[in-house]
Amino acid sequence: MSEPILVVEHLKQYFKINRNYTVRAVDDISFNIYPGETYGLVGESGSGKSTTGRSIIRLYKPTSGKIIFNGHDISDKMDKQTTKELRTNMQMIFQDPMACLNPRKKVVDIIGEGLDIHKNYSSIEERNEKVYEMLELVGLSREFASRYPHQFSGGQRQRIGIARALIMNPDLIIADEAISALDVSIQAQVVNLMKKIQKETGVSILFIAHDLSMVRYISDRIGVLHLGHLVEAGTSDEIFNNPLHPYTKSLLSAIPQPNPKVEKQRKSYTYDYNTSGIDYHKGTEHYVSDTHYVLATDEEFAQWSK
Amino acid sequence: MIQNGETLLHIKDLHISFKTDGGQLKAIRGVDLKLKKGETVAIVGESGSGKSVTTKAIMGILASNGHIDSGSIKYRWTDEETNEDKEVDLVTCGEDFLQKEIRGRKIAMVFQDPMTSLNPTMTIGNQIMEPMIHHYHMSKQEAYDRAVELLKEVGITDAEKRMKNYPHQLSGGMRQRIVIAIALSCDPYVLICDEPTTALDVTIQAKILELIQDIQKKKELSVIYITHDLGVVAKVADYVNVMYAGKIVETGTVDEIFYDPRHPYTWGLLSSMPDLNTEDDELYTIPGTPPNLIHEVKGDAFAPRNKYALNIDLRMEPPVFNVEGSKTHKVASWLMHPNAPKVEMPIELKKRLEKMKEESKNV
Repeated sequence: MSEPILVVEHLKQYFKINRNYTVRAVDDISFNIYPGETYGLVGESGSGKSTTGRSIIRLYKPTSGKIIFNGHDISDKMDKQTTKELRTNMQMIFQDPMACLNPRKKVVDIIGEGLDIHKNYSSIEERNEKVYEMLELVGLSREFASRYPHQFSGGQRQRIGIARALIMNPDLIIADEAISALDVSIQAQVVNLMKKIQKETGVSILFIAHDLSMVRYISDRIGVLHLGHLVEAGTSDEIFNNPLHPYTKSLLSAIPQPNPKVEKQRKSYTYDYNTSGIDYHKGTEHYVSDTHYVLATDEEFAQWSK
Repeated sequence: MIQNGETLLHIKDLHISFKTDGGQLKAIRGVDLKLKKGETVAIVGESGSGKSVTTKAIMGILASNGHIDSGSIKYRWTDEETNEDKEVDLVTCGEDFLQKEIRGRKIAMVFQDPMTSLNPTMTIGNQIMEPMIHHYHMSKQEAYDRAVELLKEVGITDAEKRMKNYPHQLSGGMRQRIVIAIALSCDPYVLICDEPTTALDVTIQAKILELIQDIQKKKELSVIYITHDLGVVAKVADYVNVMYAGKIVETGTVDEIFYDPRHPYTWGLLSSMPDLNTEDDELYTIPGTPPNLIHEVKGDAFAPRNKYALNIDLRMEPPVFNVEGSKTHKVASWLMHPNAPKVEMPIELKKRLEKMKEESKNV
């Protein structure tokens, strides 16, 4: 396999609330993303999946650990060159398309803002041409460029968010709950679009979501986060067909299925960390196969993999 | 006394429009809906299809620019003191009656986002006690005891301690439990849940749905669910109404809708949801966008997005056809007309339904 585009090693992200209390949002997680693949991060709210994404793109300063992007260490102070590398080659798509687009700017200026900042063009025509191309790539017509965000529907706005991320020609896109706020039928449109673009441009995607059926559909590999720990990781098939960790099992059992007779009989499997007797801090890395990883102590691992 | 299975709520030919800068927006164009005692009815559809507007009309909380043009919402209940059955039309009964008798007391509602439906400046205890004091003139002590009981009922531990908490001190799932406790505080007969779990993640979603089901059984509640998640519908509903552009296009029992869908829009909805076995390269999407209801809809509103559309769909609105051999399954599509060409559902969907039926046999 080729070199990973992003290496996250023992990333920790703590938030100090006051002298006595520190939130350990992300507590020692490691994973890699390879070029052209989609890595899905799943977990309940408060599990640290969004924090992970935000730390990687350096919206936060990581407490400790290493993040290596395209061979550059971006976890500590960065020099000018590295900053530029990070800011152009890694982009983010946010959850709420209404909240993340500036309502007072036209679409052409929203999408072109990255180009403006990094001065990636020689004339204003060239810039606008690039914006139009992007609009067409995400399935919007170029007449939309002179409109404002409120004139679009939810799905169209999310497309604008995607166009803004794509215009810098990034190597990695972090999609933080990018489809959670959309309707089912529109979710499908946006997911298809992201897959199509990935095929055309070969961009890697870190896909953060809590909708497991969508995550399974779009991701090559999946990491399951709980309470800031990466409890299980593997290819989508490994996670869905052979889940080992009880938390992963409870997550999978909770997915509602569109089959009334089956669904009405099904009881979801509940998992409570406090009463389960599992201590994530004691767990160490165990590998079921080359790619399938579980956080567990030796006894737990033996018990689960029976 | 109203028995289980008798109609509690009957919406007949409801039309609602909103005054907007762009003109008259006809949000609801003739909705018929029946809710029987002890039953669960789900309304599914895209955003903007009018599912929330319908339920807001029941509660009488339409936005100020909204107006009920025609139709009736008949509501029946048994008077607690005289034990008589009474009936009232919620459209014409007036604001005072709605506020005093209906809202919160006989029909309660659970909204989508628990953080915005709770008051951040009041303790949750006070918020649960408020409706009981308002509607039943309970003393503070009575209301307090009842509130603690309710908290235990919705599965909150340390109920006494929690009474003093503020909403921001609780997690999302707990907040939604509080909202449910408030909705149940006045012993309503009908509970309307407007996307109750959309803001929550899957594990908590399952717990909240199971909680609502338990309470429903215990209290013989009738529940209306509004959602766009077909998995949720499959779990909770007895009857399903599929809504599109202000009309109910297909209605039937949950088995009829999931195993034998007839309307092309229902086909589209079912196909666009990825199940855990989807291997296809691309998800199915319904092409186009929902119509803008400011413009007059001519013929079938779904026709421009429907590859099975017939010529007549562009000219005349389809009436409601009964599906043969079923009393409950009704479809508003010209495809159901005896003279219409026979149209089969998409192959992929058919395969999927076969598989679903196969799976359901093993249960």
